[in-house]
Amino acid sequence: MNLLELAGVKKSFGAVQVLNGVDLTVDAGEVLGLVGDNGAGKSTLMKSITGVYSTDKGHVRFDGIDVTHLDPGERREMGIEMIYQDLALAAQQDVANNIFLGREPTKRMLGLIPSFVDKRRIDRQAQEMLDQLGVHVPSVHIPVGMLSGGQQQTIAIARALTFKPKLVIMDEPTAALAVREVESVLKLIDQMRAEGIATILISHRLNDVFEACERIVVLRRGNVIADLKRDKTDMAEVVSYIVGAHG
Amino acid sequence: MLKLLERTHVRPESLAVLVGLAVVMAILSPVTGSGVRVFLTANNFFNIILASATFGILAIGATYVISAAGIDLSLGSVLGLASVSGAALVVTLEWPWYFAIIGSLGAGAAAGAVNGFIITRGHVPAFIVTLGMLGIARGLALIISDGRGIYGLPPEILFLGQARPWGIPTPVFILVAVALVAHYILAHTPFGHHTLALGDNENSARATGINVRRQRMMLYTISGLMAGIAGLIFTARVNTGDPTAGLSYELLAITAAIIGGTNLFGGRGSILGTMIGALIMGVLQNGLNLMAVQAYYQQMAIGAVLIAAVWLDQIRTRGRSLQ
Repeated sequence: MNLLELAGVKKSFGAVQVLNGVDLTVDAGEVLGLVGDNGAGKSTLMKSITGVYSTDKGHVRFDGIDVTHLDPGERREMGIEMIYQDLALAAQQDVANNIFLGREPTKRMLGLIPSFVDKRRIDRQAQEMLDQLGVHVPSVHIPVGMLSGGQQQTIAIARALTFKPKLVIMDEPTAALAVREVESVLKLIDQMRAEGIATILISHRLNDVFEACERIVVLRRGNVIADLKRDKTDMAEVVSYIVGAHG
Repeated sequence: MLKLLERTHVRPESLAVLVGLAVVMAILSPVTGSGVRVFLTANNFFNIILASATFGILAIGATYVISAAGIDLSLGSVLGLASVSGAALVVTLEWPWYFAIIGSLGAGAAAGAVNGFIITRGHVPAFIVTLGMLGIARGLALIISDGRGIYGLPPEILFLGQARPWGIPTPVFILVAVALVAHYILAHTPFGHHTLALGDNENSARATGINVRRQRMMLYTISGLMAGIAGLIFTARVNTGDPTAGLSYELLAITAAIIGGTNLFGGRGSILGTMIGALIMGVLQNGLNLMAVQAYYQQMAIGAVLIAAVWLDQIRTRGRSLQ
C-alpha cells in the first residue's frame, strides 16, 4: 500500500491555475525527488500535502486515511513533516522551544495547575535529538536567530525528526549550505530511509537529487509530466522534461 | 537576581530605570510636616500602585497582542465602554450587583472578540481595526450613559475599588492576581509559547500546526477582557460608570509594555517586565504630580518615553544585527 496518495489534486489562486490535477504516490521509506522549473507548482503541491493549503479538487490520502480535510496540525500528528526552504524557525525563541514548537509536552504544576509546559523535558529531549543527529550547538537555550545558517538547517531537521515522522518533505534543503553540510544532509536522508521514513526532496541541484533519490518526478505547469526511475534515466533526460523540450 | 530576571525575560535596564526614577522623584518631592519626603510615605506608595493598577491591567492585554506582533489601540476606549456597561446594568436597570462585573468583563471581552474577528476573518490590519474600535467603543460608552457619569454603585462593587483589606487597596490584589495568571499563561503554557512564536514568525507558527487564526482571536479577546477588568476597577474606585474613563490610557498601557521589554515587532514579551513598566509610568506620573507639574506636561513626558524606548530598542537590535 502507498504511504501517500494524491489523486487529481487541483489548486488555483484567483485566475491562476497552479495545480492541474496532480496524481502522485510515495511508498513508505521511499526517497522521491521532485523537480521542476520555478513556478511549476512544487511548493504549492507540498503545501497541499501538509495542509497549509486546502485543495480545490482531488484527494490526499496518507497512511490509508483521507486527510484532505485535516488541518496542518492534525496532519503533522499523523506523521507528515515539512522542512521549509526558509526553515520557518522562530528566531527569538530558543533552540529547544523551536524543536518542540506546536507540540510542547505538558505536566501539572504541583500536581494541580494544568498545561504547564515541561521545559526541563523539552531541553533534555532537544539536546538528545541534536546529539543523535551529531549536531553541535553551543546551547539549547540560545535564540535560534544567533546560529549559523547550517546550524539553523539542522535545527529545522531536528524539529521534523523528533516526533517519529513517516514522511518528511524537504524544500531545497541544500540550496544555502556549504559542500560539507550538503553531504551531511544527504547522509541523513539515507539514514532516514534505513529507518523506513519516506522523503520527498525538492531541489534544483540535480546532482543531489540523483545521489539521494531512487525515483524522480518532474512537475511542469501544474502537471506531473514524468515519473522516472533513477537507474533508467539520466540528467539530460530530466532536464529536457523540466524545460519542456521532451515530447 | 540577574538569573531570575533573565528567566522571566525582564530587562535589568528597566528595573534600573525604575529604581533610578524613584530615587530622583524622592529627592525632588516636597517634605511632609514630619520631615519625610512625601514620595517615600507608605500612603504614596499605595497611591502609585493604585493608579498603576488600572493601566497595569491594560498593559497586560497590550503585552499579549504586541508580543504576537499585533496592536490594540482600543484599550482605553474599551475600558470606558466596560465602565458604563457594568454601571448601567446595576444602577440604571437596577439588576443585582454582580451584573456590574458581568457587564464590564463581558463588554470588554466582546469588544476584543469583535476586533479579533475582523482582524482574522476580514484580514484588516489590527492597527486599523483597533483604531476604529477606539472611536466605536468611546461613542457607544457615551450613548449608553447619555454622555454623563452613572453614579451610585452598590457596596459590593465599591469594595473592589475602595476597600483596604490588611491596609492594602483591593485593586492591588486584583492586579497581582491577574498579573500572576497572565504571567503563568504567557511564560509556561503552550498557548504562551504559541503566542511568542506567532509574533516571531507567523510562517513558523503555521508550519508547526498552530491554529494562527484561533490564536489571534483569543489574544484580542484577552486584551478586551483586560480592558473590561480595568474598567470594573475604575468604576469601583470612583463610584461611577464614566464614559470618559481610560481616555488615552492606551498610550500608558502600550508604553508600559514596551519599556517593560515587549518587542514592538513581536516574539518577545514578559508580564513581569510589563509590571515594572507600569510602575515606571506610575512613578513618573506620581512624581510629577507631587512636584505640581501640570497634567499637560505629563502627557508629553509619557509620549516622549514611548518614542525613546522604541528608539533605544531599535539602536540596540540594529547594532546586534550588524555584528
